[in-house]
Amino acid sequence: MTTALHLAEQVRTGAVSAADVVERHLAAIDESDGAVHAFLTVLHDAARRQAAEIDGRVAAGEDPGPLAGVPVALKDNLCTRGVPTTCSSRILDGWCPPYDATVVERVRRAGAVVMGKTNLDEFAMGSSTENSAFGPTRNPYAADRVPGGSSGGSAAAVAAGLVPLALGSDTGGSIRQPAALCGVVGMKPTYGTVSRYGLVAFASSLDQIGPFSATVADAAALFDAIAGHDPLDSTSLDRPAPRSVENLDEGVAGMRVGLPRELVDGVAPEVAAQVRRAAEVLSAAGANVTECTIPELSYGLSAYYLLAPAEASSNLSRYDGVRYGLRVDGDDVEAMMRATRAAGFGPEVKRRIMLGTYALSAGYYDAYYGQAQKVRTLIINAFDNAYRHADVLLGATTPTTAFPLGDKVDDPMAMYLSDVCTVPSNLAGHPAISVPFGADGDGLPIGVQVLAPALCEPLVFRVGAVLEEAAPAPAAPALAAATWTGR
Amino acid sequence: MTDESLTRQDAAYVARLARIDLTDEELDLYAGQLAVVLDHAAQVAALDTTGVEPTAHPLPLKNVLRPDAPRPCLDRDEVLAQAPAVEYHRFRVPRILGDPQ
Repeated sequence: MTTALHLAEQVRTGAVSAADVVERHLAAIDESDGAVHAFLTVLHDAARRQAAEIDGRVAAGEDPGPLAGVPVALKDNLCTRGVPTTCSSRILDGWCPPYDATVVERVRRAGAVVMGKTNLDEFAMGSSTENSAFGPTRNPYAADRVPGGSSGGSAAAVAAGLVPLALGSDTGGSIRQPAALCGVVGMKPTYGTVSRYGLVAFASSLDQIGPFSATVADAAALFDAIAGHDPLDSTSLDRPAPRSVENLDEGVAGMRVGLPRELVDGVAPEVAAQVRRAAEVLSAAGANVTECTIPELSYGLSAYYLLAPAEASSNLSRYDGVRYGLRVDGDDVEAMMRATRAAGFGPEVKRRIMLGTYALSAGYYDAYYGQAQKVRTLIINAFDNAYRHADVLLGATTPTTAFPLGDKVDDPMAMYLSDVCTVPSNLAGHPAISVPFGADGDGLPIGVQVLAPALCEPLVFRVGAVLEEAAPAPAAPALAAATWTGR
Repeated sequence: MTDESLTRQDAAYVARLARIDLTDEELDLYAGQLAVVLDHAAQVAALDTTGVEPTAHPLPLKNVLRPDAPRPCLDRDEVLAQAPAVEYHRFRVPRILGDPQ
């Protein structure tokens, strides 16, 4: 079994070279990514240089880090110095950031090798990766299905065996939802545990960077590598991040698990059935599982689709054709800005900017934005109350398995409903993980979600590890590369 | 907030605030789609939130200070190399003031 941790162990001990690991994965990308389209940029030369450097350090008796030689892919809204960072938008086409995101420096410091930049819904707005100016990514389990989104490229790259690790960002479910639809592990950390410096902002009070991997242990290792205080992000928590990889196998004996009906009822029957099976697994492992109800969770989606577009409309005002990216000429500066934004933004980004601008405009601010902020408080209080009786919560990650490409592109509200189980954690700033757990009748992966209070990442990973151990073994995806190994 | 219907004129006003040129076709499309989303949001608008404080952010935000000491910043030429138009080491933009007449 070639997990990221196993690969790193082999590289650190000199059993295999980082160069060899990187070559195998570059070959897998070159061979399979034409069909998947997970990558927007593949960094062949830079990856080879980084691998050679790691092999040099191993030869010199140095420790190149806990993820030595492990290939990692980066969602293309993470800034990489001198390497195009597009956010899948025409408005940033050709832009090369003058600095690296903090997480990029941290994965490199841990020894991981950056293989390239992955596809996403434009500016991370979407749940299918169809809102990319560069074409959709395909679900490795079925080429006519979406991989989920917005981090669909990162999820698909891991699912297809193109890389063992990837980073994504999660504003309303953009890591967990594609992880569920692609049959991989995806985790959103507590707000403030991972630096957002160099993450292109979508909704700043909700955005958080997190890991994708084939196994829970690998996700924990990648989280440990990127977490921790960063003075360059003023919202970064100034305290040690919870280490997760060490106590992964402590099990769930005695743990109180809540099963909120809002995260089970209303999802597709096959998905709900797997959540109940997952609850039985935890019960059998010694956890005390109780059904509960948190009615406020059902307001999460409506509040989210006011707050996130409002923040986005403010954040995206920086794309004005002045300092970087696209410029379309106009008679005066404002005409230039209006024309640039009309030509540079795709339909979903325009829609969200319109929605957010409306929600913030005079006469509507209190009714929409202000009210949504108060509902956010209600949701946080409801979680706090639920966690008086439960250590973690268990539910579905998504209401359905992967849907067909094109199915929801003309119906924004239907697309937004894909996020109904994931947005509450973003509103509260809490950690949550999606772990693959079985498949539907068509063989499409199902994910179950574990939610926990702020800074309880170790709990989330521990429960995830128990679920992973008992989950039905996944079938090989139709578009898997030769490097695909499953769990 | 009770009247969720949005006209093309409403959409045009919002597009002007957002500094995006939209076609009439886009204005009609977004007016319709925004109305659907706002209709869904009506359930939030209808909740009784008397006495509930708004949450702007999941963390208690406080001002973050650092010592006022010189440190390296982004390379000027590298930054300007990304700009659509540059003159005298500055970003160049079309005229900002309106026609004198």
